[in-house]
Amino acid sequence: MSADLAIVLPEIILSVYAMAALIFAVYTKKDAMAPTLVLATSALFLVMALWIGTGGSATGSAFNGMLQNDGFARFAKVVILVSAAVVLLLSQGYMKQRGLLRFEYPILITLAVVGMMVMVSAGDLIALYMGLELQSLSLYVVAALRRDNVKSTEAGLKYFVLGALSSGMLLYGASLTYGFAGTTTFEGIVQASEGGISLGLLFGLVFMAAGLAFKVSAAPFHMWTPDVYEGSPTAVTAFFATAPKMAAMALFARVVHDAFGTVVGDWQQILAFLALASMFLGAVAAIGQTDIKRLMAYSSIAHMGYALVGLAAGTAVGVEAMLIYMTIYVVMNIGTFAFILSMERDGRHVTDIAGLNMLAERSPGAACALLVLFFSLAGVPPMLGFFAKYGVLLAAVDAGLTWLAVAGVVASVIGAYYYLRIVYFMYFGDPDARRIDGTIAPLNAGLLLASAAIMLLGIVNMFGIEGLAEAAAASLVN
Amino acid sequence: MDNLLSIVTFTPAVGALIMALFLRGDDEAAQKNAKWLSLIATGFTFFVSLFIITQFDPQDTGFQFVEQRDWVFGLTYKMGVDGISVLFVMLTTFTMPLVIAASWDVKRRVKEYMIAFLLLETLMLGVFMALDLVLFYLFFEAGLIPMFLIIGIWGGANRVYASFKFFLYTFLGSVLMLVAMIAMYVDAGTTDIEQLLAHSFGTEQFSLLGVQVVGGLQTMLWLAFFASFAVKMPMWPVHTWLPDAHVQAPTAGSVVLAAILLKMGGYGFLRFSLPMFPVASEIMAPLVLWLSAIAIVYTSLVALAQQDMKKLIAYSSVAHMGYVTMGIFAANQQGIDGAIFQMLSHGFISGALFLCVGVIYDRMHTREIDAYGGLVNKMPAYAAIFMLFTMANVGLPGTSGFVGEFLTLMGVFQVNTWVAVIATTGVILSAAYALWLYRRVVMGDLIKESLKGITDMTPREKWIFAPLIIMTIGLGVYPSLVTDVIGPSVGALIDTRTAALSAFEMSTQVAAGGY
Repeated sequence: MSADLAIVLPEIILSVYAMAALIFAVYTKKDAMAPTLVLATSALFLVMALWIGTGGSATGSAFNGMLQNDGFARFAKVVILVSAAVVLLLSQGYMKQRGLLRFEYPILITLAVVGMMVMVSAGDLIALYMGLELQSLSLYVVAALRRDNVKSTEAGLKYFVLGALSSGMLLYGASLTYGFAGTTTFEGIVQASEGGISLGLLFGLVFMAAGLAFKVSAAPFHMWTPDVYEGSPTAVTAFFATAPKMAAMALFARVVHDAFGTVVGDWQQILAFLALASMFLGAVAAIGQTDIKRLMAYSSIAHMGYALVGLAAGTAVGVEAMLIYMTIYVVMNIGTFAFILSMERDGRHVTDIAGLNMLAERSPGAACALLVLFFSLAGVPPMLGFFAKYGVLLAAVDAGLTWLAVAGVVASVIGAYYYLRIVYFMYFGDPDARRIDGTIAPLNAGLLLASAAIMLLGIVNMFGIEGLAEAAAASLVN
Repeated sequence: MDNLLSIVTFTPAVGALIMALFLRGDDEAAQKNAKWLSLIATGFTFFVSLFIITQFDPQDTGFQFVEQRDWVFGLTYKMGVDGISVLFVMLTTFTMPLVIAASWDVKRRVKEYMIAFLLLETLMLGVFMALDLVLFYLFFEAGLIPMFLIIGIWGGANRVYASFKFFLYTFLGSVLMLVAMIAMYVDAGTTDIEQLLAHSFGTEQFSLLGVQVVGGLQTMLWLAFFASFAVKMPMWPVHTWLPDAHVQAPTAGSVVLAAILLKMGGYGFLRFSLPMFPVASEIMAPLVLWLSAIAIVYTSLVALAQQDMKKLIAYSSVAHMGYVTMGIFAANQQGIDGAIFQMLSHGFISGALFLCVGVIYDRMHTREIDAYGGLVNKMPAYAAIFMLFTMANVGLPGTSGFVGEFLTLMGVFQVNTWVAVIATTGVILSAAYALWLYRRVVMGDLIKESLKGITDMTPREKWIFAPLIIMTIGLGVYPSLVTDVIGPSVGALIDTRTAALSAFEMSTQVAAGGY
C-alpha cells in the first residue's frame, strides 16, 4: 500500500497543496493572496517537474494497475507541469490588470494539472475518467472566469455542455468496453481483444475515440475550440492551448496502445481519418480569420491533426514522434501566446490580426521572434516545427500510411498561407492600419525570445528530447 | 582545414548574426556599417571558397572535403562537393559580393536587407554542399524565407501577390519531395546521399488506384522530385511564379534569383533524379525533353510581347533553363556538360542583365521599355556593357552563352533530333527579342524629354560589371576552365547510369524470357 502511495506522491502533494491553499486563502485575505499563490503554484509545479524528470519519484504500477507511472507518463507529466507553470506566471500580469486575478485561479489550475497527471498515467477506465473529469471541470470554470463578460460566459457554458456530451460518449464507450471485456483495466482489455476484437469492444473503442477526439479538439469534434479560445480570457486560452492538449494526446496514446495495442488495424483508420480531417479543416478554416485567438484555435486543430498522424502510425516510432511534436508545439504556443497576451491598443487588450500591421517597424525584436515562431508553426525548415512534422511524417510513411503523409504535406502548404499572412502584416502590411501600441512586459518578451531561440537553436540536436521521447515511447509500446 | 565547407557556408550567417546583435540605429553611419560589413562577409566567403577550388581535384569523381557529424532522427550533418557541385558553390560566393555592391543605394531598412541577403547566401551554399537528404531539404526550403521577405519588403508595387505566389508555389513543389525523401529513407535505411547514390530503388511495376506505374517506386519518387525541381527551375508550364517574382523583386533579389536560386533545380536533377532514379529518368526523359522544347519556343515568343524589361529577361531565363533541362535529360557527356555550363553562364549573363535594368531603373524608376530610347547618346559605357550581355544572352560565339547552348543542342541531337530542331529555333527567337529590346532601349535618337538629364554609369556600377564581363568572355573563349572540372564527375555519373540501365534491361529481359 505504501509503495502504491509513493508512486502517486506527486499527485497527492499537489492535491493537498490545492486544498490547503484554498483554506489558507479563504481564511486570510482572499484575492489579495492571489499573486503569492500564483508564484507558489508555479514554483511547486517546477519543483515537481524537476523531481519527476530526474527520476526522483517512484515509478511502476500502483493500485493493481490503476495508475502507471512509467517513462511515458513521466515525459508527459514534465511537459504538462513545466508548461502549466510558465503559462501561470505569464498570465499573472494580464489577469491582474483586468481584475481577474482571483485566488481560485491558481488553485483551479492546480486541480486541472492533477487531473492531467492522472490522465497520462491512467491504466484503468475508472482512473481515465476520474482524471479527465477533474481536468475538464476545472477548465470549464476557468473558461468562464470573466463572469461579467458575455463571451467568456458563453465560452464556459459551451465548453461545459459540449464537454459533458463528449464525456457521455466516452463513458458509453467505456461501459461497452467493460461489458464486453469484463474488466476495466487496460491489461484485461488487451487480453480480451487478443486474436481479434469483438463487435461490442469495437463499438466501445469507437465511442471512446470520439470522446477523446473531442478533448484533443480533432475534427470533426472541434466545434467548441474556436469559440472557447476566443471567449476565454487570453491567459486561459494560452493554458488551453498547451498543457491540456499534451495531456489529452498522451491519454489518447495510452488508450489505443495500452488497452487496444493488439488491434492496431482497427483504430488506425479512425485515427488516420481524424488526422486527415483535422489537418485540412485547421488549414482551410483558419484562412478567413481576423482574430488571432481564433486563428490559433484553428492552428491548434491542424497541429493536433499532425500529432495524430504520428499516433495513427501505431508504432513506437509514431508515439515518439507524437511526443516530440507535442513538446515542440507546446513551446511554440507558449511563445506565441506570450506575445498575444501583450497585444494592446490604447490600453485595451486587442486580438485583431490587423493590429499587427508593420510591427517590424515598432518592435523589430518581437516581430523577428514571431516570424521565427510562425514559420516554425508552418513547418518551414530550419525551425524545430519542421523537425516535428518530419518526425510524424516519417512514422506515417514507415507504417505504410504514405497517403496520409502526402495529405499532411499538402495541408501544410494550405496552412502556410495564413502563417505567411501574419508575417506579411508584420513586415510589409498596411502602414495606415490601426496598430497595436502597447509595450511588451519583460517576462512576455523574455518568453517570446526564448521560445524563438529554442526553435532556431534546436536544430543542433533538439536539446536531446529525441532520446527521452524514444525511451518514453518504448515504455508505452512493447 | 577539416571543415572548410562549413566555414564557407556559415561565414555569411555569422556576419548576419553580428549585424543583428551589435548594429544599432538606422542612421547614415549604421547603414554604411551594414553595407561594409556585408561586403566584407561576402568577400571573405569568396576568398575562403577559393581554397575549395584550388585544392579541388577534378580527377577524383567522389565527394571531397567531406565532413560528417551525427544529427537528430538518425540523420547526419554531412557536407561535401564533387565536380558537379563545386562550381555552383563558386558561382554563389562569386555573385554575392557583386549583389551586395549593387545594393549600395538601398535606403530603407538597410540592416534587415543585408541580413536577409547574408542568410540567403548561407542557405544557398548549403544546398550545393549538403550530402544528406534532409539537410539538403532544410537548406533548400529555408531559402524561401529570406527571399519571401526580400520580395515582400523591398519589392515593387505588386509585391504582396508576387511574394505569396513565390512562396506557396515553391513550397507545394518541395513538400512532395519531402515525402519522397522520407520514402527513400524508409526504403534504403539511410539519408546519406553518398550511400543513396549506390542504392538502387525498386523498379517493379505496381498498380496505384487502378493505374499501372511503369518503373514502380522509382517513377513515383522521380515524379515527387520533379514536382519540386521543375517549379524551382522553372519549367513550362509551372514557370508563372518567376516573371512575377522577378518583376517585383528589388534588383539584387532578381540577380540572386536568376543567377543562383534557379540553378538549384538543375542541380537537384543532376544530384538526385538522374543518378538515383536512372530507370525512371529514362522513362520520363521524352516528357522532359518535349517540355523543354516547348518552354524554349513558347517563352521566347512570350518574351517578344513584353513591355516590361525585367519580365522580358525573366521569360528569357525560362527559355534558357529549357536548354538546361534538355541537356540534363539528354544524359550524355555533351548534354550534361552543356547543361552545367549553361547554368553557370546564365548565372553571369542574366545576373548582369538584371543589373543593367537596375542601373537605368535607379535613374528613371520605370522598367517600361517604351519609356526609354536612344540611351547610347548619353550613356555610351552603359550601351557597350548592355550590348555585350545582350549578345551573350543571344548566344554569340565567343561568349559563354554560345558554349552552353551549343553543347546542350549537340547532346540532345544524339537523343532526339526533333527536339533539337525545335529547340534550335529558340536561338533565333532569342536573338529576336534580345536585339529588339536593345534597339528600343539603347539605339535611336534621344527624343524623350525625361531622359535628357540621364547620366552614365558611376565607377561603382562599372566595377560591378567588370568581373561578370571577364567571366562571360573568359568562359566563352576558353570553356575548358569549366569542362575540365565537371567532366570527370559527369563521366562517372553517366557510367553508373548506363550500368544501372543495362542491369534493368537484363532483368526485364529475364522476366520476359521466363516463359
